[in-house]
Amino acid sequence: MSTTTINTPAQTLTAKDFATDQEVRWCPGCGDYSILKQVQTIMPGLGIPRENIVIISGIGCSSRFPYYMNTYGMHSIHGRATAIASGLKATRPELSVWVVTGDGDGLSIGGNHTIHLLRRNFDLNVMLFNNQIYGLTKGQYSPTSEENKVTKSTPFGSIDHPFNPLALALGADATFIARSMDRDPKHLQEMLKRSHAHKGASFLEIYQNCNIFNDGAFEVFTEKSTKAEEAIFLEQGQPLVFGAQKNKGVRLDGLKPVVVELGGEYSASDLWVHDEQDFYKAQLLTRMFDDPRIEGHLPRPFGVFYQASRPTYEDSMALQIEQAIAQRGAGDLDKLLAGRETWTIR
Amino acid sequence: MSSNTSIQQIEDVVIKFAGDSGDGMQLTGSQFSNNTALVGNDLSTFPDFPAEIRAPQGTLPGVSGFQLHFSSNRIFTPGDACDVLVAMNAAALKANLKSLKKGGIIIANTDGFDAKNLRLANYPEGINPLEDGSLADYQLHTMDVTKMTREALKENTMGMKEKDRAKNMFVLGFLYWLYNRSMESTENFLREKFGKKPEILDSNLKVLHAGYNFGDTVEASFSTRFKVEKAKMEPGTYRSITGNTALAYGLIAASQKANLPLFLGTYPITPASDILHELSRYKNFGIRTFQAEDEIAGITSAIGASYGGHMGVTTTSGPGMALKSEAMGLAVMLEIPLLIVDIQRGGPSTGLPTKTEQSDLLQAYYGRNGECPMPIVAAATPSDCFGSIYEAFRISVQHMTPVIFLSDGYIANGSEPWRFPKSADLEPVKVTFKKELAEGEEQFLPYHRDENLVRPWAVPGTPGLEHRVGGLEKQNITGNVSYDPENHQLMVRIRQEKVDRIADHIPPQQIEVGPDTGKVLVLGWGSTYGAIKSAVLDLLAEGHAVSHAHIRHLRPFPKNLGDILHSFDKVLIPEINNGQLIRIIRDQYLIDAQGYHKIMGVPITRGELVVKIKEMLA
Repeated sequence: MSTTTINTPAQTLTAKDFATDQEVRWCPGCGDYSILKQVQTIMPGLGIPRENIVIISGIGCSSRFPYYMNTYGMHSIHGRATAIASGLKATRPELSVWVVTGDGDGLSIGGNHTIHLLRRNFDLNVMLFNNQIYGLTKGQYSPTSEENKVTKSTPFGSIDHPFNPLALALGADATFIARSMDRDPKHLQEMLKRSHAHKGASFLEIYQNCNIFNDGAFEVFTEKSTKAEEAIFLEQGQPLVFGAQKNKGVRLDGLKPVVVELGGEYSASDLWVHDEQDFYKAQLLTRMFDDPRIEGHLPRPFGVFYQASRPTYEDSMALQIEQAIAQRGAGDLDKLLAGRETWTIR
Repeated sequence: MSSNTSIQQIEDVVIKFAGDSGDGMQLTGSQFSNNTALVGNDLSTFPDFPAEIRAPQGTLPGVSGFQLHFSSNRIFTPGDACDVLVAMNAAALKANLKSLKKGGIIIANTDGFDAKNLRLANYPEGINPLEDGSLADYQLHTMDVTKMTREALKENTMGMKEKDRAKNMFVLGFLYWLYNRSMESTENFLREKFGKKPEILDSNLKVLHAGYNFGDTVEASFSTRFKVEKAKMEPGTYRSITGNTALAYGLIAASQKANLPLFLGTYPITPASDILHELSRYKNFGIRTFQAEDEIAGITSAIGASYGGHMGVTTTSGPGMALKSEAMGLAVMLEIPLLIVDIQRGGPSTGLPTKTEQSDLLQAYYGRNGECPMPIVAAATPSDCFGSIYEAFRISVQHMTPVIFLSDGYIANGSEPWRFPKSADLEPVKVTFKKELAEGEEQFLPYHRDENLVRPWAVPGTPGLEHRVGGLEKQNITGNVSYDPENHQLMVRIRQEKVDRIADHIPPQQIEVGPDTGKVLVLGWGSTYGAIKSAVLDLLAEGHAVSHAHIRHLRPFPKNLGDILHSFDKVLIPEINNGQLIRIIRDQYLIDAQGYHKIMGVPITRGELVVKIKEMLA
């Protein structure tokens, strides 16, 4: 998102200026540490004065985030950060608003607000920390947990079908969707910057490891030994190539993505070329969501899936007010109170 | 005008317009009310309609009514019983006959009493009350409104169904004749409403006039027309206003006088939606209205707006406030301004959505997790919504607290004359934002309080005051997260004390009418105002030692309330619930108050209160 109103000149801040004096209380080894670090790292480069940045969270491990950011912040109630941020952004469009939420907070109890925020297209950034588990309540399955998952509340395995967060976001007509991971700082920083640069609601899903209750949930995508084979990094205008030797790619067979070996029958020019503006291909990309345990599965995409331009809610709201004032003049309280028909008693 | 009819002066009339919910009775009633206001009568209205948009046609549950009381004297209620009942069909007669005075006038639309309508209204086979003599105690006037409407429109090309839609205008025109009125206000209304649909405008005007002219031609049946003189009201300029409109205006006025932009985050719910409709029209006052995805997003978006330095407001009714209660707790913890407006209706659950009740007071007092005190302000009458929401706004911004505002369906939809204020006469609302660190202040302490225990309002965008707030318990002064046991006890007590100290900044409780001390004090809150005041005035006129006090500030109570309560032998607390204020009064003042409880979805009447008070005086 782009923030134009700057009250004070952006001083030369460093990542340290965005840290608070509060002790960070996540479990040692939690993926949240990396995400916090990357956010603090990119903030100075955005050129926004600290006082114009607001971080709003709901409830859950991730939602402790605002306490550790030396900006304005609110740690609110479960699932409602998106709705609070909507009201803030509607009234204070010049602020840079960041929502921190998790798979439970943003997709379960707060799922309703998430989809409505996206369709309205408030110009703010949603960071959804997805660890596929409930951490703060100590280990129940979440709406993104895989089927058959054994947790404290599902001793016989979960029978819930999981959400595909990016497909859900796109279904709600989000104007920016992207995926990154806690263990790839460079990529995560890039995605955070892209989220910020987008004018409109950005939805960034971040794979985050919960090393206590769901350790290794995303290991295949993040570990050096498997990452190259399982993760595919999207780049605008580039073919979908992956593999440790860059010897594999995804081509479209009609509407069906297929993995092909490069160098034989197929070359890079036969592959699907990524176009962030392509709404239809973005749908297919979000559906590249195979369970990596299944034989013959597709690699999981990371990067910016889709970006589109649509008027933001707060701009449209401000425009209506402007137009109303232009047409009718600024409100006259005495006229309003008197209305059209009065009578006088002497 | 016919030479054979005489015009009789009368003081006081109660008319009930009743018909099927598709018959346009609410429009007819409100048009006649506006016209009555312009004549200068005092008036009070009570719209009463089914929850379904169109309940099964012709049935008892489908009856929609609009009661109007107007007078050349001061009046405070829509009236206990009717002088005139307009019955558009058999069900409307059956449902309302019990509220018609003996000897009262019935104006019945004969077309609504055909075999089908009689059957739908559960009259026994072959029985028509218009014909069997059962209405001998009343003055019955029948007219075939449908036939005459069609006749008046015989040259119009519209379909029969469309023509029949103008039936209510015939009745309205006839009543304008009966009460010797000019029809100009309604003509103007129709021109404005249907200006772009000339055919519909023409048909409505034609039928309106046909109804008026019909009066002249039935002189044999109506030998008398009535006239009610101007009421002797306080000098000034008046308009007619409903509760929800007055509430919306109060919010706009307070926002202007506080120089604080208004944000309404809300979700439609009966009977509160009209506040959203009204406020959404005034974008040129800079008002932002946000129809959220649910009740929770309604309040939380308003919290976001307040956090950003606007005045966040959310409007709802009982079930909606239940959904908002967790967020209300957050606002108490954050200690930011916020208004939660609850237009109460019959409960529990979905209850009686279109009927009135005062049954959310205990929810407002106690309906949240933890120790979660919030100030409560209640409106007494439609026009009082203006001043009381203004007061709630003031308390909220000056004491940095969410405030609950209670109205109900009766106040919200009812109307009365309002001597509206001039903008210049409205007390400015002082709002203070913290803009920078004070001298010697090294860091911003968001929970450092002033002498009223009020914390500073520092909004995003203010350099040097960056801070974090949240729902977790705060360390006193710093606002940092704290799980310290002593600190929690301290903070719970500070939050309570902060609300209690508002009592130092509200007006003392007044006695509405009656002596300062006596046998019986009738203590009310909310929409029982008119019934209590009328009953007490009647009894005072009879020489009884009875008084009326009506509480606007329900939490905290005015500091002198205890003294007042102890100045009377007995205290009666009438409420449209199963006893809510009475529990709080007994709890806080240890007095043996008596209750009078009516939970029928309708207001308490003057008459029943007179009986109850007399029992206590005996």
